[in-house]
Amino acid sequence: MSVKTYREALHETLRGELIRDERVFLMGEEIGIFDGSYKITAGLLKEFGPKRVRDTPIAEEGFTGAAIGAAMLGLRPVVEIMTINFSLLALDQIVNHAAKIYGMFGGQMSVPMVIRTPGGGGQQLGASHSQNIELYYSFVPGLKVVAPSTPADAKALLLASIRDEDPVLFLENLALYNTKGEVPDADEPAQIGQAAVTRQGRDLTLIGYSRMALVAQEIAEQLAESEGLDIEVVDLRSLRPLDRQTIVESVKKTHAAVMLEDDWLTYGIGAEIAATISDGAFDYLDAPVRRVAMAEVPLPYSKPLETAALPSRDDVANAVHETLDAMARRR
Amino acid sequence: MTAPHTQAAASTPRRARSKTKAAPAAGPAASEKEHLTGFYRQMMLVRRFEERAQRAYTQALVGGYCHLNLGEEATVVGLLSALEPTDYLFTNYREHGYAITRGIDPKRVMAELYGRVDGVSKGWGGSMHMFDVTQRLLGGYGIVGGQLPIATGAALALQYQERPEVVMCTLGDGTTAIGAFHESLNLAGLWKLPIVYVIINNGLGMGTDVAHSSAEPELYKRGSAYRIESARVDGFDPEIVAEASAKAVQVAREGRPYLLEVITERLRGHSVVDPAKYRSAEEVERLKENDPVHTFAARLRERGVLDDEELAAIDREAIAQIDEVAQFAADSPFPETSTLFDHTYATPVPNDSRRRPGQPLFPPLPLPRVTDSLEERA
Repeated sequence: MSVKTYREALHETLRGELIRDERVFLMGEEIGIFDGSYKITAGLLKEFGPKRVRDTPIAEEGFTGAAIGAAMLGLRPVVEIMTINFSLLALDQIVNHAAKIYGMFGGQMSVPMVIRTPGGGGQQLGASHSQNIELYYSFVPGLKVVAPSTPADAKALLLASIRDEDPVLFLENLALYNTKGEVPDADEPAQIGQAAVTRQGRDLTLIGYSRMALVAQEIAEQLAESEGLDIEVVDLRSLRPLDRQTIVESVKKTHAAVMLEDDWLTYGIGAEIAATISDGAFDYLDAPVRRVAMAEVPLPYSKPLETAALPSRDDVANAVHETLDAMARRR
Repeated sequence: MTAPHTQAAASTPRRARSKTKAAPAAGPAASEKEHLTGFYRQMMLVRRFEERAQRAYTQALVGGYCHLNLGEEATVVGLLSALEPTDYLFTNYREHGYAITRGIDPKRVMAELYGRVDGVSKGWGGSMHMFDVTQRLLGGYGIVGGQLPIATGAALALQYQERPEVVMCTLGDGTTAIGAFHESLNLAGLWKLPIVYVIINNGLGMGTDVAHSSAEPELYKRGSAYRIESARVDGFDPEIVAEASAKAVQVAREGRPYLLEVITERLRGHSVVDPAKYRSAEEVERLKENDPVHTFAARLRERGVLDDEELAAIDREAIAQIDEVAQFAADSPFPETSTLFDHTYATPVPNDSRRRPGQPLFPPLPLPRVTDSLEERA
């Protein structure tokens, strides 16, 4: 066990997999000579050469599709799409092909590939570079979508994704790359499709994934310290499949839930979580499921506008307090 | 036809080649007869298969979309004659003929059209999505251009693994306008991948002709932007197509991509439900005259390869075989609905949803619960 950044955890895992398995290769824009837009792949071209670490032209559809074909013939491509916004250029290949090939052809050939891509906002990148559109992929049977929030999960879920026989969209986040945490040294892949209760509590359940799972954790700690609140935190970790059972078990215990998400509210991931709780814990709920999400606008550039559009810690704390008030009124 | 970007074939009238290949008085050598008879037999099988598919569609035995290779028989047979069994083939959605010519049992192809469990894709794909690992037909793709990046990646894998096989990837003329075509050709040209892209130019998208969809209507010339060797050939003569295909495959085998354009015709509409009203009576007449199965038969007769009786016998065999094929498809069972969730993921994963429509996420809870939970809280 040692303390690493999320970036280091990703880098070291990719490197380890390149060493472990000759079939694994990396492909994407600027991942080699430029060392990666966010330096996840820094130094890997020099160490492994251009066959294993392949710089591509700016052609998301082309190289993502090429990864599908390479995976079908027995390789284990790990594609980097510079940010999730650009994955829309490859939407046809991801949704119409990667997700379909196993089922559409009667299970004859699987597509063991990984698409690594960061979401994020709050970096003053403007509307087209600040989206959190993992929902688009989480909607699609045949894809697996994972969203680690810690360096340890970044490692464990990346190991699992690369070794999985199915196409996995591996969601990173620009704001997480420099976060630190303990990372086990052992080669232990996580189980895709399982959420984790990252903090035990009885008063209310905070639910998040990726950056927002980390925010949930921090806010729970703060409210414990400042107000003595006992908040449970569920980190979804996997958006497809979705571990509904863990969510429902938590809400059965706490009787209320607040969902934190970096995407837009309407139809967002939180809507599915609310539906899950409604179906699985209806009789246990003492307050409506609350969702804290981005304002429903194309994210503006100017800092005060951008900040106003993104969910803040205060927004989360307010939602928690209002939910606790609603519960108190019912008791 | 051998130099890059030649227009030789484009300026050569169709069927001109057959005159230069007139058989000597003594008749063709046995091996040539066998070779050409094989072509004809395969073309006739594709013809009768597709006619049967059309009939089955009108009888509502086949659903969805159904695109036929009628008029493309010489192209299908010629192209695939150059591939080794170990090479890989990717096609678009007009692929029944490619599937059976590749060596997949026509019974399994027809069963797929019928949506039956014995279909090549076990009834999961249908007309547009034929796939067979053994014969290395890796789909059957319904989205225009979708197969191109995938086929390109397959070629990348062959290069990566230092394998001797090549990839052939067919596409329609309309596909040359889509981004995936250009991205794929750029990758293949850049990385020198062992792949042959074949533009099956039947002159029409659905009803929009090449002149209305491509700024460069001589589609093979698009290869030059990616420094990919290319040629255009007449697709009405299987021998011409076979020769061009062999050349293209050889180039790919040497580790360079190739773009081959084959000029062909679609005898019917875009799909079986398209009456092709955009065609004039003269156009329909011209298509009949150019029918590649009939013109090839005429040439074989002229060259003394096959006589009328032999030609008729081949047709009778094809018809009889297709009768058996259709019977097999009709007799094959539909897939069990209990297998509905069998092909979502190759690696099983917890919490994979296996709910049928209308099922709740969780089983209903016993009621009432209110008292219990109040006690719990106390």
